[in-house]
Amino acid sequence: MTADVTKVDPGTPKDSGTPMVKAEGVHKSFGPVEVLKGIDLEVKPGEVFCLIGPSGSGKSTFLRCINHLEKVNAGRLYVDGELVGYRQKGDKLYELKDSEVALKRRDIGMVFQRFNLFPHMTATENVMEAPVQVKGVSRAQARERAGQLLERVGLGDKAGNYPSQLSGGQQQRVAIARALAMEPKLMLFDEPTSALDPELVGDVLDVMRDLAESGMTMVVVTHEMGFAREVGDSLVFMDGGVVVESGHPRDVLTNPRHERTQSFLSKVL
Amino acid sequence: MTVDIDKTGGPERTPPGGPEAIKAIPVRHYGRYVSAVVAIALFAAIIYAFAQGKINWGAVPDYFFDDRIIKGVGQTMLLTVLSMLIGIVGGILLAVMRLSKNPVTSSIAWFYIWFFRGTPVLVQLVVWFNLGLVFEYINLGPVYKDEWSNFMTPLLTALLGLGLNEAAYMAEICRAGLLSVDEGQTEAAHALGMSHGKTLRRIVIPQAMRVIVPPTGNEVINMLKTTSLVSVVQFAELFRYAQDIGQSSGAPVEMYFLAAAWYLVLTSVLSVGQYYIERYYARGSSRALPPTPLQKIRANVLSLSNRSGGGATA
Repeated sequence: MTADVTKVDPGTPKDSGTPMVKAEGVHKSFGPVEVLKGIDLEVKPGEVFCLIGPSGSGKSTFLRCINHLEKVNAGRLYVDGELVGYRQKGDKLYELKDSEVALKRRDIGMVFQRFNLFPHMTATENVMEAPVQVKGVSRAQARERAGQLLERVGLGDKAGNYPSQLSGGQQQRVAIARALAMEPKLMLFDEPTSALDPELVGDVLDVMRDLAESGMTMVVVTHEMGFAREVGDSLVFMDGGVVVESGHPRDVLTNPRHERTQSFLSKVL
Repeated sequence: MTVDIDKTGGPERTPPGGPEAIKAIPVRHYGRYVSAVVAIALFAAIIYAFAQGKINWGAVPDYFFDDRIIKGVGQTMLLTVLSMLIGIVGGILLAVMRLSKNPVTSSIAWFYIWFFRGTPVLVQLVVWFNLGLVFEYINLGPVYKDEWSNFMTPLLTALLGLGLNEAAYMAEICRAGLLSVDEGQTEAAHALGMSHGKTLRRIVIPQAMRVIVPPTGNEVINMLKTTSLVSVVQFAELFRYAQDIGQSSGAPVEMYFLAAAWYLVLTSVLSVGQYYIERYYARGSSRALPPTPLQKIRANVLSLSNRSGGGATA
């Protein structure tokens, strides 16, 4: 049942050579504070890419740069081979117009730590909103698809509820369904379980695991080491705005080479 | 709804098998009795004083539905609605301008608000009325051309005076509303690929309305009363007609009371309307919508009958 809802074909993205996300020396400052000090990494299509690290290490900021919620100050950031936020002509960079940025964001789903559901809309309306308003899908079609997506995240019976009538875990699953409604090729998760009761974390992780199995490319900022080890294909440990260590989650989490990684993991695990 | 009401009757009954319900003698609040008696006495004294005074109360019902009064009520309502419309549209525009990143538009909005909030509305009305001293003609090229005095009718003067002043106040109310919406909402909408305009219209403004509506209701009621000032620009509305009748019928003070009564009727109607608008924008913000006045009355009646029922069994 979940298979026909999923539009992502796990086969195709993997044969194309272009990485889904590619960062080359990405810098980002907020005023005098330099948050990202040169990030280099590559996310392959179909991969589950986990970002871990202490708070303030810049991992959320990096994630927000990927869909241009934050502007990169230096370096280059590419999504699916295209430069984020700018157009390059010769050796000159031109800022993209708001409408062009919006067009690119359609293909990138984002799930926030604090859910950010629209409180004045029911679960169904939350999921319908972007397809109807942005893609011009008919309301009937969007409603049907919203029903399928809510079913997929296990909330078929909560379709008519407002966010305030849902638990945190349910709200986050609606938020995932809302992002999926745009049929993105890349999903960004910004600490999706950090604001949840421990009991509710499992439901959200199950949905994410299901999504990973369907072949979705996912970049996940998380403190859930269990999820990273089990589902992740790559893992990056960030601290102080730089990548300290990267590799396969099992290797990094069980055999950290770097001292900083070791001390972080000994406190978290 | 009725389920909740049943619950309020619940604690009085002893749960089966549980400990016996407490029946204690309640504390007597003698202070409350005394203050209630004093308040009622004062109120009665005031009523008595007015009833005793040399006021011909009979004149009030005689003229209450007089044609001129009814016309005045209509004009007052018309002026209130139109001025508020100008005020709200202008206010939203000014609020968006003030929040814009463009320093020119935001300082223009700041200047407008500073000027119109900083001068009395009565003065503004008189200035609009006398603008003919500055402009002799109005000339909009091929579209419209006329003498200023023909163009600036009392209605237009009143509308501009009240509406533009109101826009300054509404701008601050709207700005507060827009700022009250969590930034995460804008981010979520942008992340879904929605444009600035769509985000504002579909996501931010509907949520800002919860903060905007209550003070706007206040403004409408204020506006209704402020319309009584426009007699200075020769626009006839409720207060002006009441004054006219008062002079011709020889019952001037009585007609002031009549006008006061009409203003009270109108503001009461507006308050009810405000309640329902607030209820509409509250959807999703709390788990259950607040009851409508009708539902409240029904609930009270039900709980009364419940209470008397409980008393009978005890």
